[in-house]
Amino acid sequence: MNRSRVLARRIAWALFTLLFVVVLNFFLFRVLPGDPARAGIRDPRLTREAQEAIRVRFGLDKPVINCFESLNPVKLGSCEVNPFETQFFIYIGNLLKGDLGISYHLNQPVADILRARLWNTVLLIGAGQILAIILGMGLGIAAAWKARTAIDYLALLGSLMAWSLPTFWLGIILLFWGSTDLGLPIGGKLTAGGSATNMVDEWIDLGRHMILPTLTYTIVFLGEYMLIMRSTLLDVLSEDYILTAKAKGLSTFQILKDHALQNAMLPMVTLIALNLGFTVAGAIQIESVFSWPGLGGAIYEAVVRRDYPMLQGAFLWIAIAVIAANLIADLLYSTLDPRVEAG
Amino acid sequence: MADQVGATNLRSLWRVFRRNRMALVGLFMLGAMIFTAVFAPQIAPHDPDEVIRISIDDIYAKPGANHLLGTDDAGRDVLSNFIYGARVSLTVGFFAAAISVFIGATVGIFAGFYGGRVENLLMRFTDIMLVIPDLPLAIVLVALTKPRLSNIIIVIGILGWTGTARLIRSQTLAVKQRKFVLRARAIGAGNWHIIRRHIFPLVLPLIVVNTVLAISLAILAESTLSFIGLGDPTTLSWGQMLNYAFGRGAMSSGALWALITPGLGIVWVVLACTLLGQGLEQMLNPRTEWHHLSVGAEMVDREQIARHAAMREEASLGAAPTGSPASG
Repeated sequence: MNRSRVLARRIAWALFTLLFVVVLNFFLFRVLPGDPARAGIRDPRLTREAQEAIRVRFGLDKPVINCFESLNPVKLGSCEVNPFETQFFIYIGNLLKGDLGISYHLNQPVADILRARLWNTVLLIGAGQILAIILGMGLGIAAAWKARTAIDYLALLGSLMAWSLPTFWLGIILLFWGSTDLGLPIGGKLTAGGSATNMVDEWIDLGRHMILPTLTYTIVFLGEYMLIMRSTLLDVLSEDYILTAKAKGLSTFQILKDHALQNAMLPMVTLIALNLGFTVAGAIQIESVFSWPGLGGAIYEAVVRRDYPMLQGAFLWIAIAVIAANLIADLLYSTLDPRVEAG
Repeated sequence: MADQVGATNLRSLWRVFRRNRMALVGLFMLGAMIFTAVFAPQIAPHDPDEVIRISIDDIYAKPGANHLLGTDDAGRDVLSNFIYGARVSLTVGFFAAAISVFIGATVGIFAGFYGGRVENLLMRFTDIMLVIPDLPLAIVLVALTKPRLSNIIIVIGILGWTGTARLIRSQTLAVKQRKFVLRARAIGAGNWHIIRRHIFPLVLPLIVVNTVLAISLAILAESTLSFIGLGDPTTLSWGQMLNYAFGRGAMSSGALWALITPGLGIVWVVLACTLLGQGLEQMLNPRTEWHHLSVGAEMVDREQIARHAAMREEASLGAAPTGSPASG
């Protein structure tokens, strides 16, 4: 199969997944018992007129989807409704316009809030991922090279421990330690009140706020990268061409650098891609603990404040980000490993 | 006769098991926590339902003779809460893991065994669910339903099955090709009979390993949901304890005991399950390899987490996380 067809099929599949998420996101918030808008409207303190006004304001007077007045199959509505005036199509239409509704709590468009927060999450995840990958790979290489020595066992034990830590708990412990003993800020992205007057001070302030969350992130993800690097490298190092290289008289460093590592990189790429879901989970927990103003923090605040449009929007954005990142990793992978294309 | 064979198998199984230090330690750790949970009323120094009259001094009281691990924001004994919390966390872990492994194994076996359109449909659905991030979806689902313990169990259960499904499917595919299956089919055995008598017993060990690992993931998930504020308000799991401690000033009161204790419980159980699962995985796939740069000439024992084995599985399946149809 040629390259462009593989490409097209991957993209089509990602789009289908996206569509599934959009539909899921719409129906979850309409069908489940905690339906936000309806619950808010049923407030007995509101007059009937006010309730009706809110229903119209949020478009809840329209049928959910064609032929269904509500999703209760007993109360089938009329099918004469113009399908484009149903809640579902209005929702899709708004999505296409980038409209995710208004946050109950902040009374601002959800899309604007999320856009401002996206880059904070990218910053945090990026820093943590890079550190975790570099350190994890380094430890993994050391452990594989010195397999069955004290270094190896220590590294293994360490990564097992790191894997068992609940992310948010590690964050709490580090926060406790960092804020009391090291005098680091207890949360947020910048010191409130903005004492920083120039760029440098502001960057230093940002850096101080990032130390603890980044450290948490790195520790949590380090172990897994180390384990995969170690086991892949062990596989590669038992291949015959390594013996050949050794017989040629190459140094251990040369063998590792030129012969082993390149082939050990593929599983790492897969793992990084597969980890994206966990990455998001980690971000939600870390941003909650450190009040980091990112997408994960938005989910946390939305839950705490029962801000459903925000929750719906944040979930959609995160899902889109993960799907997109998966697609990119997928395409990258087939570039790195031409054999995949055959499949 | 049949019993004897079963007993011998069990005994030989135990003999193999005993030699795996990792699995033994894991089993012991898990067993100790289950014991604590079962005998909570006998072990806990205080009854969680006892009527307490608290004064301001009882809130986040330091560890002392009466409260070995201090008290929490409501003046209750942290150690007792911890012991009773083991019940909640383990319950969620076991039931959610049972649900997710049941779904995963069913999907995996059916997809692997029937192949064709059934497989395509099931595995594409698995791929979609694999890509959608679990925790945000779990948060949405629990936030929109009532935060009851049963809801939390169901949500964690129905979201955590994808990895199991892929693993079981590939194992089923391998087993399906074995001679005795082909022979059974040749003498006219039905699909159901083959699945029940030939496929399932050979996939079972993998299912067990997956269940052990699923327990740890479920406990982590429950504690995270509880910490975010989506726990069952009527029960006190370890995650819930952390939520209260973190949200109600344990940090500023310096009440480290209220923050550390519940977390240690989670780490204990997750580590136990990981060790046990990894040990079992080693027994299933005993691989002794050495490599050309080995320091000694001795054989290198391959130690790896079963989860990581899952990753390798993924990689060998064509490494298409978004799930291109070809990789299914």
